[in-house]
Amino acid sequence: MSRRFLMSLGVLAVVSSLAVSVAGQAPAAAQKAPNTATKKAASAKTSNYTPPKTAWGDPNLQGVYNYATSTPMQRPRAAGDKEVLTDDEAAELQREKIATINTDITPRDQVGNYNDFWMDAKRKLLTEDKRTSLIVDPPNGRMPPPVPPTEAKKKEAAYLREMNARFIAGFMQDYRDGDVGNRCIIRRRNEGGGHPYLPSLYNNMAQIYQTPGYVVIYSEMIHFSRIIPLDSRPHLPQNVKTWLGDPRGHWEGNTLVVETTNFRGDDSMGHALGRTGVTWGGTDPETYTIVERWTAVAPGQLDYQVTMADPHTWTRPVTMLIPWNKTDEQIYEYACQETNYEIYHWLSSARAREAKGEVYDPVAADREANGGGGGQEER
Amino acid sequence: MRNRLSGRTAVKAAVVGAVLCLAAIPMAGQQVPADRMFPAYRAPRFPGTNTPDLNGIWESLSTANWDILTHEATPGPHPEIMGEYSAGPPGQGIVEGNGLPYRPEALEKKKRNFANRMTAVAPGPYEFVTGEMPPIGEPELKCWMPGIPRMIYMPFPFQIVQTPDFVLMTSEYNVSSRIVRMNWKDEAPIDSFMGWARGHWEGETLVVDVSGYNDQTWFDRAGDFHSDALHVVERYTALSPYHLQYEATIDDPKVFTRPWKMSFILYRRVEKNMQLMEFKCQPFVEEMLFGKYNKQPGR
Repeated sequence: MSRRFLMSLGVLAVVSSLAVSVAGQAPAAAQKAPNTATKKAASAKTSNYTPPKTAWGDPNLQGVYNYATSTPMQRPRAAGDKEVLTDDEAAELQREKIATINTDITPRDQVGNYNDFWMDAKRKLLTEDKRTSLIVDPPNGRMPPPVPPTEAKKKEAAYLREMNARFIAGFMQDYRDGDVGNRCIIRRRNEGGGHPYLPSLYNNMAQIYQTPGYVVIYSEMIHFSRIIPLDSRPHLPQNVKTWLGDPRGHWEGNTLVVETTNFRGDDSMGHALGRTGVTWGGTDPETYTIVERWTAVAPGQLDYQVTMADPHTWTRPVTMLIPWNKTDEQIYEYACQETNYEIYHWLSSARAREAKGEVYDPVAADREANGGGGGQEER
Repeated sequence: MRNRLSGRTAVKAAVVGAVLCLAAIPMAGQQVPADRMFPAYRAPRFPGTNTPDLNGIWESLSTANWDILTHEATPGPHPEIMGEYSAGPPGQGIVEGNGLPYRPEALEKKKRNFANRMTAVAPGPYEFVTGEMPPIGEPELKCWMPGIPRMIYMPFPFQIVQTPDFVLMTSEYNVSSRIVRMNWKDEAPIDSFMGWARGHWEGETLVVDVSGYNDQTWFDRAGDFHSDALHVVERYTALSPYHLQYEATIDDPKVFTRPWKMSFILYRRVEKNMQLMEFKCQPFVEEMLFGKYNKQPGR
């Protein structure tokens, strides 16, 4: 394995949680239902381990878990068909992670930057099975090809791109230029604070509660108590849209299977959503589906397998497998709306700049935010 | 039991039983206290334990969120456009003795709170520009976490998710949540809106000791408030399959001259399709908090 591959793996880990802004809206004809997509992906340990049971007979998955990892979401192209690293390769990459991740990666003199204090140290670890990607299906470990974007989708993408450039340039026009996380509505879906639970810079934590008839998955950000009924009741009527989704769960053997629907497409005030939305990967909330599976594979260890599909975005579903490891750490209160200074400061500083006669330069801003050009970055 | 009851004893027992049953039914014009309204009740046990099972979706049917003391109906803040939509409902209070033992200066603050309840400043402008804390306005108005005990009597259902080690309580209001750590030793690591909650069982009652609060939540829309010295002890006891007795002792020596008590009933929501719906209120308050800083205000 070349050093170049290891380097690219490192870089990819950092961006793995960022938006995959693939646009597209052409309905694909035959798309496999996500819950039949891939089950072979679960690790070899799955079949052997029988988890303890609750007093009422369900597999007992309770505990506080951390799902941070350095394994990149997509397999680096340099890795080709390689699904698993050798022990030596994994050890070398691990050493590199420890040297690079646990440092301040951004200049301290820049307001709003995160330093080492924020970084989840568990991000230094690769998955135990040393996979080259969190994506296990498609088999090449890469995001499925996008469907060609419609004109409407292109227009929306251009709008979001401009909004993002304006935001980065410090000329926010409107609180709606912020994304759902900035606005303290929910944690950005591309940032892993809920379904899908993907490794992120910090706060990769969830606590599982079980009581007869329910599983609850509690994420600290933003006090997201995801109450999952297990009694096979129907979903809410389709006209009811939600930020957090309407989950329904059931047990398949020792696996908890959760299907979530009823996602919103606007911000509930009738405005299109900001830079990232309610569903993952820039998908269409109307046609996006997500099925998640949690299986205890060893004491204190769950396999989290998530399959997402959207015929308006991808040509086929994508499945990721992410380990959840039990931790002694605790979940605490996360206040957001209550101390949301950001929005005020962004807006008032932009107005102050304008008052001083500074003029927003869209071309320079786009170059700064997007590198100019106009194409999506290859990841 | 049946073998030991014979002849006159059985008749006597039946008569006494009938009288007791009658005593438990409220007579016309007379309200029996809730804890005597039902025959003695023992809740089902939580599976695998000897403690009561309080799982379920519960809701207070009080109007204490407007005012924890007994209050009459009030006009809303903008009757000229809101009409009846914003009017406050009347209601019986939930405070024992229907009075609050405020320190004199704290009573003045409560009055100021009420007068300034519609103040909606974005966090930041005052603190950072002027260096002083502004009147914060009603926390609920701005979609803040409601604190405890307020979350329990807001006009939204909440769900108790009970396990032997943790009891999670989540409200429909903004998915506000609090984790009750059972038999937990550690003190609050930091102040918080919902407080640091540690629980234990006293017989049939779940007792929750809450401390480690900040001073940023109110008890109601009437301006009743507390400091960061607040200490609340809550007691949850099942009265029937469908009712919980809720009691809380409120102690805050910085604001009140003595501890005081509140109590009310929680009703089980038994509808077949009952689930907590989603009331995410942030999008509803952004225009109020931030709209004036937009490039085109009012857009």
